[in-house]
Amino acid sequence: MSEAAAGRRTAPVAAGPGLPPEDLPKIYRTMLLARLMDERCLSLQRQGRIGFYVPLQGQEAAQVACAWALEPTDWVFPAYRELGIALVRGIPLTTLFDQFIGNAGDILKGRQMPNHYGSRDHRFVTASSPVGTQIIHAVGAAMAAQRHRDPIVTITFFGDGTTSSNDFHSGLNFAGVFHTPTIFFCQNNQWAISMPREHQTRSETLAVKGTAYGVPGVVVDGMDAHAVYRAVREARSRALSGGGPTLIEAQVYRLGPHSTSDDPKRYRTDAEMAEWRARDPVERLKGELVRSGQLTEADDEKLKEELRTEIGAALKQAESTAAVDPLTIFDDVFAVRTPRLDAEREELRPYSAPGSGGHP
Amino acid sequence: MTEITLVQAVNQALAEAMRADPDVLVLGEDVGVNGGVFRATEGLFKEFGADRVVDTPLSETGIVGAAIGMALYGLKPVAEIQFVDFIYPAFDQIVSELAKFRYRSGGQYPCPVVLRSPYGGGIKGGLYHSQSPEAYFAHTSGLKVVVPSNPADAKGLLTTAIFDPDPVIFLEPKRIYRSVTGEVPAGEHRVPLGVAATVRPGTDVSVFAYGAMIPTVLEAAASLEGEGVRTEVIDLRSLVPLDEEAILASVRKTGRAVIVHEAPRFVGFGAEIAAILAEKALYSLKAPVKRITGFDTPFPYALENLYLPSPARVAGAIRDTAKEG
Repeated sequence: MSEAAAGRRTAPVAAGPGLPPEDLPKIYRTMLLARLMDERCLSLQRQGRIGFYVPLQGQEAAQVACAWALEPTDWVFPAYRELGIALVRGIPLTTLFDQFIGNAGDILKGRQMPNHYGSRDHRFVTASSPVGTQIIHAVGAAMAAQRHRDPIVTITFFGDGTTSSNDFHSGLNFAGVFHTPTIFFCQNNQWAISMPREHQTRSETLAVKGTAYGVPGVVVDGMDAHAVYRAVREARSRALSGGGPTLIEAQVYRLGPHSTSDDPKRYRTDAEMAEWRARDPVERLKGELVRSGQLTEADDEKLKEELRTEIGAALKQAESTAAVDPLTIFDDVFAVRTPRLDAEREELRPYSAPGSGGHP
Repeated sequence: MTEITLVQAVNQALAEAMRADPDVLVLGEDVGVNGGVFRATEGLFKEFGADRVVDTPLSETGIVGAAIGMALYGLKPVAEIQFVDFIYPAFDQIVSELAKFRYRSGGQYPCPVVLRSPYGGGIKGGLYHSQSPEAYFAHTSGLKVVVPSNPADAKGLLTTAIFDPDPVIFLEPKRIYRSVTGEVPAGEHRVPLGVAATVRPGTDVSVFAYGAMIPTVLEAAASLEGEGVRTEVIDLRSLVPLDEEAILASVRKTGRAVIVHEAPRFVGFGAEIAAILAEKALYSLKAPVKRITGFDTPFPYALENLYLPSPARVAGAIRDTAKEG
């Protein structure tokens, strides 16, 4: 935070305008939706209605403002904590709930843990759990876009811990060498499960790690939606004008646990959490809207009700959707099932119906 | 028809696929200006340029990961891993990403990447230029694994692999890159994946092998002719998908099976063939199944010719198996 406040960076961010003022209510609405969705999903996991959840609380501004700076034709290579990006891309809430439940409506066909969604229609590539693997994919896709002369950028999301992974370095190196139109968007949320940022690397910033690869690095205050938007817009136009990749380090804070399997009280202090909670990015944008007269407390309460109803309706629909067809286990291993997979499918069939003894 | 080497056949398949489809491209270490350390990509840089014959930094993770990104976007990348012994840094990309993309996305993101790589011993390459890691990849659901044994198959299987909608690990037997020549059909030539070839018909013993072991097995089989042992040799050609029907049909005829590969025996690909025979052809067997393979040691440098199955060792196993029962 102090680094961002001091404007320390390896490449300048133009002091251009922030978010388009007319978009602010919609941006706030999306950030709030992400926050309320997050709260709901944490409680659904505790009730056993979804198996697992990875919250994003504290990272709403970084994500929503970043995605706001992209175009629908850009390709997103997310990690598993990118709800704010998914919402801006237009992935419907029911699609998300279908995935969290793994029902027959899930476009991933019940194959993945919650949060690992992806939607080709939204150019939001399906995530995996190993950290950093997606980084180099974004570079490869950008090389393909260069070859097709498509005026798009690819953007990849990851956290502070991932900057220690092999693929982070391979990805930055390839992007530097091939000068790809790629944005590396690092959400430094200060904690990689229990490992604090300062134990992850002795590097002064994460952004500076781009320098040796010839990739400009930028540090921004990720709690400030305007700053994030500006940095991403600038990186995007640089990429499109042939200026190559950019590494953006958005300094944020993971207000919640790493996942529903994590208890942050084991490794961080209440005082630290309170300090960051005071900088809550959702409250910050709300304050701006209130001060400018675009939002009242009453409006805000009404908006929250509206969003909770929207979430509830999507959840209800997803919970009433049928279970995934058991025999789809064998699909999509290959484009066409091999004889071996066909045989295994027949082996499972007698045990696959509810009540057959093989079904959970 | 002209006689060319196996590595020339690989080159021909690449060049013709690139001429046929502008979305096919090649990437890897030293594949461009240098034409590849084994010359598999010779001439491609000159014909297709740096855009489509991409010299990459020295990072297998980067090569495979970038190829995945290209394939997601719609290209058909053919990545070269200079020696398969160096593929392990990319293991995560191959196992966690390449193999699973189609499945984990519910079919939204096919990943048609071909990873070509020279494998196997017999070139004085020691531990790190000789390995046969096919079992790792065959064990990973979502990957196809192909191993040609002659120039015509190398061209036909590679062409099919490039236009296949799924990821293919294409292992090239470098020991016979140049020592084996053969006629190769001119123009587009495709050999389907999952169809084994009977390279020598016989009635007494079935031998199942692939890649660089085929010439070794054929030599062993020929050496037993004088003893009246009629050996059938099946070249599996593709390990995934596997032509189980061809394996079973041969054993139902001969009742005897010998499996040959260079990789270590324990949990090697031969174990799967033996298991298939135990499950589906036990009552056709007149003798125990034998495996002649590399030993359960790292690959030795000075003693590689003892480590690798030799014609004599294979012939011994065939002879013993023919006498049993």
